[in-house]
Amino acid sequence: MPQSNPPVSPLAASIVVQNVRHCYGEREALRGVDLEVSAGQIFALLGPNGSGKTTLFRLISTLMPLQSGQMTVAGAAVSDVMAVRSRIGIVFQSPSLDKKLTVDENIACQAALYGLSGAAMRSRRDQVLQLVGLTDRRAELCERLSGGLKRRVELAKGMLHRPSVLLLDEPSTGLDPGARLDLWEALRAMAADGMTILLTTHLLEEADKADRLAILAEGQVIAEGSPDELQAELGEGLITVVSDDPAATEQIIREQLGVTVQRVQQQIRIQCPQPAALVPQLAEHLGASARSITVGRPGLEDVFIAKTGHRFWASADTQDE
Amino acid sequence: MSMTTSAKTTSAQTTSASAAGSESDAASPSMTVGSPLATPSGFAAAWMLAKREWVRFFRQRNRVVAAIVQPLLFWVLFGTGLRGSFEGAGGQDFLQFFLPGTVALIVLFTAIFATISVIEDRREGFMQAVLVAPVGRWPVLAGKVLGGGAIAWVQAALFLVLVFAFGTAPLGLSVLPLMGLLAVLALAMCGLGMIVAWPMDSTQGFHAIMMLGLMPMWLLSGAFFPVPAAGEQSLGWGQLLLGGIMRANPLTYGLAEMRHLLYPSVDFAAQGFAPSSITNWTVSVLFMVGMLTLAWILMRGSKKADLVA
Repeated sequence: MPQSNPPVSPLAASIVVQNVRHCYGEREALRGVDLEVSAGQIFALLGPNGSGKTTLFRLISTLMPLQSGQMTVAGAAVSDVMAVRSRIGIVFQSPSLDKKLTVDENIACQAALYGLSGAAMRSRRDQVLQLVGLTDRRAELCERLSGGLKRRVELAKGMLHRPSVLLLDEPSTGLDPGARLDLWEALRAMAADGMTILLTTHLLEEADKADRLAILAEGQVIAEGSPDELQAELGEGLITVVSDDPAATEQIIREQLGVTVQRVQQQIRIQCPQPAALVPQLAEHLGASARSITVGRPGLEDVFIAKTGHRFWASADTQDE
Repeated sequence: MSMTTSAKTTSAQTTSASAAGSESDAASPSMTVGSPLATPSGFAAAWMLAKREWVRFFRQRNRVVAAIVQPLLFWVLFGTGLRGSFEGAGGQDFLQFFLPGTVALIVLFTAIFATISVIEDRREGFMQAVLVAPVGRWPVLAGKVLGGGAIAWVQAALFLVLVFAFGTAPLGLSVLPLMGLLAVLALAMCGLGMIVAWPMDSTQGFHAIMMLGLMPMWLLSGAFFPVPAAGEQSLGWGQLLLGGIMRANPLTYGLAEMRHLLYPSVDFAAQGFAPSSITNWTVSVLFMVGMLTLAWILMRGSKKADLVA
């Protein structure tokens, strides 16, 4: 029997979110979110703190009941809690290990909760420990492991029962760059095997590695697509002008060059297909009032700024988590 | 009773949930995504969680030492210290009178401290992973109660071995029902511990409850001093009130039965408050069922407790 193509239909392995709203009392955390994640994809939910991504994560992982809208995870409606739970694996942002137990015991505990036992459990455990590179530390108490190694045990727990959907909340928190690369390698391998992976992140460079991503801000999806698609929407070039008097500078650029600009704090941002032609003109018109004129290709932060009008990090004033 | 019915509904749900689930080939070396696993058994999960309580208990040495030494210390110090100022039923000295109370103390505190760890589990995040598993909630309750109850029960048994070895109480066949009674009390106390711990988010709050609720419950169970007998002329209204409260305390009946089983030859009925064995067992078992049912209702009801801040 070929082992590479598991019999999971695309429909059964994906996440569908339709018009989901969620309120905490008066405050609306999600204001009509629509998403679709197909099988075998690594999908990132990118958003600053307070954007609603944790709320969405909790709804998808059946930690909170759905208030309004529709949501299907791995072919089952989220209201069918037990069905969804048996098909998903969850890696929480907060640690979920029992520090007084060894790595092996922690995983055995997880196995019992997902109906694995005996020889099947042991062989599965050997596999996941090998995958996360913890075979030689398996007999150690979890309290003796470093933060990064603990995260790897969490990951091993999440994928132990081979879920068709793996949900990870801020998976690379507390991981050093090397461990992050290992994590992504493991995620890639699992996605290649047909596992759907949804992760939340507030790190732009991490979202950049996903197959697709959705940017959340203030409870709404403001952009969705592959990282390349999203960046391509902004054109090839992006010019950033920093000046001491941005208002005046903005006026000069608008009136004398006839270019549309966007002002974000001290910065003035101009999207244009041929930045090379515009830069000398800018330098000429602005003279000494411009502290710097920078040319670059747009990144995800630029996508965020273009859609919301403010910087990614500055929008955390409605912090609530 | 309520435990079994809820167990059935939960497992019925999970059965329908992963109906087409078959075990995927375990020998396959790669992490292929399988069809849903065999229905997770709530019993296996509860057993694993109970086992975890044991492992945790023995890995925390100070807990083991405190659990054995503290009651022993209590018993010897109070027993010898108060010996002169006490005249008990059936010509017992205080060391003998205080013995059932000490056993109750062991069961009460070990059981409750074991279940109180649910607060820690939640804070450390372990509970969150358990609560999103496809087994429902009853294994969480069953695991805690059976694990914690077994620790308390074994500990009380160890203490009794010492007592019998020193000959403070006669060893007889009544030790069998005694162990049964201790199991009932241990489970009841674990249920009580879950009721107290489940809605709490800090262990500080628990200490207040312990000093204001659990200590008095133990003190007023006839463990430390006898229940004032009803109908005696010399009693003031304070003692009548005290007697009333002590009679309303379900632990009093467990203690009365324990006293009876530890000293089968002593006739306590002639000496004051001594309800019949049937009353004692009925109250104790009802107490256990009541506590466990309440704990279950509480756990099933609150969704708020699922989230880790």
